[in-house]
Amino acid sequence: MNKKNWLSSLLFQLFKKSPSPSDSLANQYRHHVGTRMLFLTLLTIGIVVALLYDLATGPSSLTYVDLIKGIWSPNSLSMSQQVIIWDIRLPYALMAILVGASLGLAGAEMQTALNNPLASPFTLGVGSAATFGASLAIVFDFSDYGISQTYLLPIFAFSLACLTSLIILGVANSLGGSIQSVLLFGIALMFGLNAMVGVIQFIAEEGELQQIVFWTMGSLARADLEKAFIVSFVLLLCFFISLRHAWSMTILRSGEEQAQSMGINVKRLRLMTLIRVSLVTAVALAFVGEIGFIGLVAPHIARMIIGESHRFFIVASTLCGALLLSLASIVSKGFIPGLVLPIGMVTALVGIPFFIALIYQHQKRNPI
Amino acid sequence: MSLELNNIGVAYGTKQVLSNITTDTIKPGSLVALLGQNGAGKSTFVKSLAGLIPYQGHAYLEGMELAKMHQYERLKNIGYVPQTLPQGNSLLAYEVIKSAASALQQHNQEHLIEEVFERLSIAHLAFYPMHKLSGGQKQMISLAQALVRHPKLYLLDEPTSALDLNWQMQVLNTIREEVNSQNSIALLISHDINLALRYCDQVILLHQGNILSIGNPKNSLTTENIALAYKVEARIETCSQGHPIVLVDKPI
Repeated sequence: MNKKNWLSSLLFQLFKKSPSPSDSLANQYRHHVGTRMLFLTLLTIGIVVALLYDLATGPSSLTYVDLIKGIWSPNSLSMSQQVIIWDIRLPYALMAILVGASLGLAGAEMQTALNNPLASPFTLGVGSAATFGASLAIVFDFSDYGISQTYLLPIFAFSLACLTSLIILGVANSLGGSIQSVLLFGIALMFGLNAMVGVIQFIAEEGELQQIVFWTMGSLARADLEKAFIVSFVLLLCFFISLRHAWSMTILRSGEEQAQSMGINVKRLRLMTLIRVSLVTAVALAFVGEIGFIGLVAPHIARMIIGESHRFFIVASTLCGALLLSLASIVSKGFIPGLVLPIGMVTALVGIPFFIALIYQHQKRNPI
Repeated sequence: MSLELNNIGVAYGTKQVLSNITTDTIKPGSLVALLGQNGAGKSTFVKSLAGLIPYQGHAYLEGMELAKMHQYERLKNIGYVPQTLPQGNSLLAYEVIKSAASALQQHNQEHLIEEVFERLSIAHLAFYPMHKLSGGQKQMISLAQALVRHPKLYLLDEPTSALDLNWQMQVLNTIREEVNSQNSIALLISHDINLALRYCDQVILLHQGNILSIGNPKNSLTTENIALAYKVEARIETCSQGHPIVLVDKPI
């Protein structure tokens, strides 16, 4: 969608009356598009507000004025304040948004590709596979080969996540995409991978063990701007590729047979989507560890409010993921005063009740 | 514009489920009924032409081999309505149809969408999410997704199976009009022999994956053929309006 369309839809929504049934269908649809644009704009504003609040929150007090000064003109603040803003809070807050956005995007794509509302990188074991890959990279030190761990961790996490996605895709194809079977398989895979992470932890040395445990809890504490740049590069790349496939994914959502009859290579579309999901998930999680439920929750919120036309759904799910993790980041700092909880714990605490509610809702709609 | 089917066959692994389907050239403006008992190969035949299953032999639409069509040609030329109803999802009915129309990037897209909603009298469903529609309403949306593109070949797998009598008539009238006005061809699978007799120009009666009879409905649907294809004893009478009507007496 170009800039002019986006603006005109938003203005249309803000300044026009509600459509009447006598309006043409196209006009009534424009009204729906306008409402969606408004929602996307509100989400973006919400993210900016959450980012600023996240930046201003922390053990050492910084006013909003200091914060803005520190970002626009760092030299106007003391060295310690500059370090707090540029080396701690900004990478932390940005990473929350970028990782949340990555997981929101991955969840939306995975749910459509597998035609499964309970699919997410977390529930189907892709997150656990990334953890296993990262654990391998931590324990088996490959730095002698001249590759920094900053790059090695995401490469290992991606390779294992990608392999897992392909296995899930194979199972989904052979089981005819049955929601329950694929989900059960994913859960079994997750337990298997977690057990393998346990074995790695068992043989790891103290320092390595600490790193792995830190990884499994999911924390933004080791974020820095270089890592944020890597995550944002992969996120943008996958996001724009996803938008390019928005039409195919919308058609796939309306029915696999229709999609195939319209000449869409469904197998290839699914494969490419799951490779993208693995990449964006693994790179995001490689630097912050396992963060569950955002990839499951964000697409559901986006779907409830904006529907499933993928040119809006992809954007909305990405923004929802970013906002949710940014809010979780704020909560993780304010939950116990003076202590920053690993963010993975916060998302799990909020996400588990949501996941149970989803299962109930799904069961009500599709009783066995 | 014509359709030629030459020795079409389909196999699932080593099992040949359809063989030697050959027809004379099917002319534009033809509505062809595909009839036969369950498992006769009707859906397999239509799916193979829709590109869902590979077929042996040759199927030419206006000289173009169906299996070799690229995505754009397929979108433009083939409108497939599957037997399975569209999924319950959060797409608006309008978006389901718009997504099919937008692929062709026609300048009058909005008009085409508006027109198909009016033709099927379903404008009131346009802004409902698909998961809130009934089975019959979903089937109408599925048909609209094909109609909006005005393809040259319609492949309709029981498009009226979830519809009540009134909607069945409306849908078949719409398909008949479309085929006549656009000079397209429709292959229509149905279990209702009387609808075939009333609306179709030709009948292909399948039995165990082979053509049992092909031709105009009155000549093809004889009591002997019906007995062989469906394993029922039936009579063919004439109704008060002069149409032939099949009355089934008992299974054989």
